[in-house]
Amino acid sequence: MINKRVASCAIAINDIKDGDTVMIGGFGEAGSPIELIHALIDHGAKNLTVINNNTGSGRVGLAALIENGQVAKMICSYPRTANSMVFPELYRSGKIELELVPQGTLAERIRAAGAGVPAFYTPTSVGTPLANGKESRCFDGEEYVMECAIKADFALIKAKQADRYGNLTFNKTARNFAPIMAMAATNTIVQANEIVELGDIDPENVVTPGIYVNQVIEVSKPLQESKLVKEGVVYP
Amino acid sequence: MNKHSMNSVAENNNAIVIGWTREQMAQRCAQDIEDGCYVNLGIGIPEKVAQYVPAGREVIYHTENGLLGMGPEPRFDELDPDLINAGKKPVTAIPGAAYFHHGDSFSMIRGKHIDVCVLGAMQVSEKGDLANWSTGAPDAIPAVGGAMDLVAGVKTIYIITQHTTKTGSAKIMPECSFPLTGQRVVNRIYTDLCVIDVTEAGLLLIELAPKVSFEYVQERTDVTLINAS
Repeated sequence: MINKRVASCAIAINDIKDGDTVMIGGFGEAGSPIELIHALIDHGAKNLTVINNNTGSGRVGLAALIENGQVAKMICSYPRTANSMVFPELYRSGKIELELVPQGTLAERIRAAGAGVPAFYTPTSVGTPLANGKESRCFDGEEYVMECAIKADFALIKAKQADRYGNLTFNKTARNFAPIMAMAATNTIVQANEIVELGDIDPENVVTPGIYVNQVIEVSKPLQESKLVKEGVVYP
Repeated sequence: MNKHSMNSVAENNNAIVIGWTREQMAQRCAQDIEDGCYVNLGIGIPEKVAQYVPAGREVIYHTENGLLGMGPEPRFDELDPDLINAGKKPVTAIPGAAYFHHGDSFSMIRGKHIDVCVLGAMQVSEKGDLANWSTGAPDAIPAVGGAMDLVAGVKTIYIITQHTTKTGSAKIMPECSFPLTGQRVVNRIYTDLCVIDVTEAGLLLIELAPKVSFEYVQERTDVTLINAS
């Protein structure tokens, strides 16, 4: 019997080890799997490479994971937020590495990994500092830069609904990077607002098929990052 | 939108400025977005373009975090932290909207399916190079977001910017001194003083704001302009 349901976030993330590469879904707070991130803080794995579009807000969620010294390198497109100094301070003092990637290139590098494509060519960043040192090639008279796939040991994502096979639906723009990260990671861990029976999700409406998912945890009332930031909450 | 009603916007705002206000720049740009276009608007003045689409035109807004059919800001009781735009501000979805993931969203951009993108600028060169993501200052935290993908993939790139910097230096110049966002990507520039097309022959000034002379614009531009106004 296939049952990907797990009792807690702590059990789900327990196999993450020092030095792992972890993709974390979300665009700002939309889709951020905050309970899974907090479980990873409690767990304490260090020297992680983390892939997310941003670097977190305030001192909770991703920002708290970074502040806790667990992240050696961030791969992201936009590491600035109005309300968090965690990443900028560590970056300026040389305590964290940054690989800055244009957002679409980041998405495509993740999708490529999930589809078994090791690299691809894109016109994005041609003629800019972000193309420095990268192989380039002409197709039909236009220059393109080669970009390599990014895979990960783990993906932590948030869904609206999941079933025990790991089929997923998402809520509005909280979908963002989650479906492609689920494909690109060896182990995909999902916190879902609701776990439903097989068949409750119409097959026509499955966004991420369960084949890409390893573990699902029900978190029925997830914390809201912006609320915690407004209240000045610090995790742990 | 005719010139008379654009002037009245300035009067209503009591703006004592030469040339167009931010709202009028957005309004002028909106006139060039055709019925049926799929449009991506950058953060800042470009966002205002959505308020000025001429009556009778239907335009679909794309936001790169996964929504086609972005609507205006929600009422307080409609706020949903899972429904935001690329600037991470709350938005709404219009009837007929569609959600999708980041891979699909940037395929729309990369695959040249988006018709128009309106962005801000720090500098624009004579050849249409754009710099709008970094001043290259060593202590700055570099952040690029989707700007490089948008300029590389969207069919038409419009820039809305003040004609000069706050200290009066030219922003339209022979070569950008800041790190580029993209090479030869800009099609048209809307400033507070004029509208300029980037052409093979050079920068073609096609329209002046009311009471602004060609000479006044030329003095504030580091590139020799061609006057077609």
